[in-house]
Amino acid sequence: MAEARQPIESGVPDPFPWMHPALRKNYGMWKYHDRPRTGVLHHVAESGDEVWTVKAGTCRQLDVFTIRKLCDIADEYCSGFIRFTTRSNAEFMVTDEKKVAPLIERLKKDGFPVGGTGASISQLAHTQGWLHCDIPGTDASGVVKAVMDSLYDDFVNERFPAKVKINTLCCEINCGGHGDIDINVQHTKPPVINHDLVHKICERPTVIARCPVAAIRPAVVNGLPSLEVDEKKCMCCGACYPPCPPMQINDPVNTKIAIWIGGKNSNARSKPTFHKLVISGLPNNPPRWPEVSAAVKKILEAYRKDGRPYERVGEWVERIGWARFFALTKLPFTRHHIDDWRWARGTWNTSAHLRF
Amino acid sequence: MAKKMPETPMLDQLESGPWPSFVTNLKRLAQTDDKQYADRMKDLLGQLEYSYKNIKGYWKGGTVGVRGYGGGVIPRFSEVADKFPLSAEFHTLRIMPSPGYHYSTEALRKLCDVWEEHGTGLIALHGQSGDIMMQGCSTEQVQKAFDALNEYGFDMGGAGPCLRSSQSCVGAARCEFSCYDEGRALRTIINNQIDDLHRPSLPYKFKFKFSGCPNDCADAIHRSDGAVIGTWKDDIRVNQQEFKKYVSERGRKDIIDNIVTRCPTHAMSLHDDDTIEVDNKSCVRCMHCINVLPKALRPGKVRGCAILLGGKHTLQIGDLMGIPVVPFMRLETDEDYEKLKEFASRIVEFFAENALEHERFGEMLERIGLANVVEGLGLEVDPNMVVNPRSNPYVRMDDWDDQAAKWNQRKVVAAE
Repeated sequence: MAEARQPIESGVPDPFPWMHPALRKNYGMWKYHDRPRTGVLHHVAESGDEVWTVKAGTCRQLDVFTIRKLCDIADEYCSGFIRFTTRSNAEFMVTDEKKVAPLIERLKKDGFPVGGTGASISQLAHTQGWLHCDIPGTDASGVVKAVMDSLYDDFVNERFPAKVKINTLCCEINCGGHGDIDINVQHTKPPVINHDLVHKICERPTVIARCPVAAIRPAVVNGLPSLEVDEKKCMCCGACYPPCPPMQINDPVNTKIAIWIGGKNSNARSKPTFHKLVISGLPNNPPRWPEVSAAVKKILEAYRKDGRPYERVGEWVERIGWARFFALTKLPFTRHHIDDWRWARGTWNTSAHLRF
Repeated sequence: MAKKMPETPMLDQLESGPWPSFVTNLKRLAQTDDKQYADRMKDLLGQLEYSYKNIKGYWKGGTVGVRGYGGGVIPRFSEVADKFPLSAEFHTLRIMPSPGYHYSTEALRKLCDVWEEHGTGLIALHGQSGDIMMQGCSTEQVQKAFDALNEYGFDMGGAGPCLRSSQSCVGAARCEFSCYDEGRALRTIINNQIDDLHRPSLPYKFKFKFSGCPNDCADAIHRSDGAVIGTWKDDIRVNQQEFKKYVSERGRKDIIDNIVTRCPTHAMSLHDDDTIEVDNKSCVRCMHCINVLPKALRPGKVRGCAILLGGKHTLQIGDLMGIPVVPFMRLETDEDYEKLKEFASRIVEFFAENALEHERFGEMLERIGLANVVEGLGLEVDPNMVVNPRSNPYVRMDDWDDQAAKWNQRKVVAAE
């Protein structure tokens, strides 16, 4: 018998053989950049070399035919090199300015929108959803497609006060990040437990330890070892569901969508911030989640009108105050907006700084 | 005869509109009837439509892997395989891309060819973990698919309680703000500890992410346990000629409203002759003025990184941002990168020794205290680690004189 093949533990690949020659040559020696138009970055190196980058949106879940189409374009215009951004945009680099316009035309013709630079909206970052995840409450791919359709003009034009980054998340607790706007699953009922399966599948102490509010305890149900949930304590986060699938948290009606705003990772101007709850209770409504797109649009329209240049969404609200935010957007402010988790006091107003 | 396409009235509604449609991509694979994966993709579409109809997911995990590694494959078995038998196994291989996501078209085409032969032709570029997500492998094909990718030069990413695949911004490859060689730092740290990535044995996941400047385009501060964020120690470089040009183009009001008064520490002052003065001792290196006026203002020349520990998403105690346990580490020479490599190993080792099961670094930090973690890592406390000193007296301080002497000693050494 042939000897079993052992892996070549080569680790993270070297980027240089796969890097556009102009980027390789000027690595670490760039001087400045500007944006000649939406979707195009122009970088100038200390050496005087110039590179134009055209940024195009993709749908992230790509078939090999689409990837090969991107490769054909990169072969024709970009010496056979391409890169991607953390938000699944494809970036095409050229060293000849004359190639920019035909490249844009080609991308548009092949169905790739050009934009996502400066004060525009970038492609939504998204999680795996029903296509592949084992715990999803919704399908990020569908939400992203529907929301990007409705915000298409804001991808191909720079017309917000500042850049807008949106994330979607298919559960409450795991993947995803904090952006200017986040579209998250919010469960509203405790898990429904299948007591016949818990003793077969779940490591009970692990599940008990996983609960952030210690609401799960061991129990014997119908003569079988199982778990029970103190429903008064449970805040329906779904943390028990991954280690114990018989504790089903997803529900077609009671799994809702919530909208959070004002998150930011960049240190520019203000410090990085977490997102804050603004809307919950939106229906999980495939295939196009119209309520979600409408809510996002409403917030972004208020921001577009009222935000000042360079203010990210969170910085805009920081300036005008939450009272004014809820007035401008005509959204309800509820007791659920008042934090009661640890560190909550830091989110309460401990001053007489008041806005009317 | 080829299997019939499933009815997908709900998914079909995601094919209209101007944004590229993932459904169109899935369907194209299902309709490529001369390929081995076409029928599997038909069942996959069937199951996805079933999810859309019932508002519910139908995948469960399991155990699938490749020889020699303990992780990297995300196993997915269908719970509705009786209805959609051909996509009953639909695993993902997490494959590590190069830092900055650079590709030659040859490498990308190789991924496609391997995935047409062994998978489904469905690839996500990229997953939230930073990996290339090769989706839809049957259990039987996992080893063959990995072998083909591995022979070409790709390696498996991380999954489970281990060091995870990493991410960096475009950085030095195409950005004038880059304060260190992000790709080198990433490969130095990750490849040095590749055993911890491929063979899960940590208390829980540990992620490093690399951003070249405080704009943090890799979202490192929140989305990684170990954020390496570029910064500089000396003064912002000012080109007064270019600055004056900006003033004449944009107008003085714009410069005052959008540059001077947007400085978070009021460190900028516009002179009557339209030159700018920067109070570099007050500057926090936020990047705003440099972002807006890149021809006139540039990061300093004494460059390196800050290392922030403890960022993470919600589970279990809530979202956390990283804290700068190393406010500045020079990154220029081979020795500097060697120091970074050693420090990164120390961080992971400390995590392995001190975290509880399923506890992220940030949660451990919360439980055992920042000062203890800082000292445990062999570092010294620094005012840059706090917003302000404590404001309550609930602390035992009978070693105050010793602690103060440590600080004074450090100042003496620094002055020498």
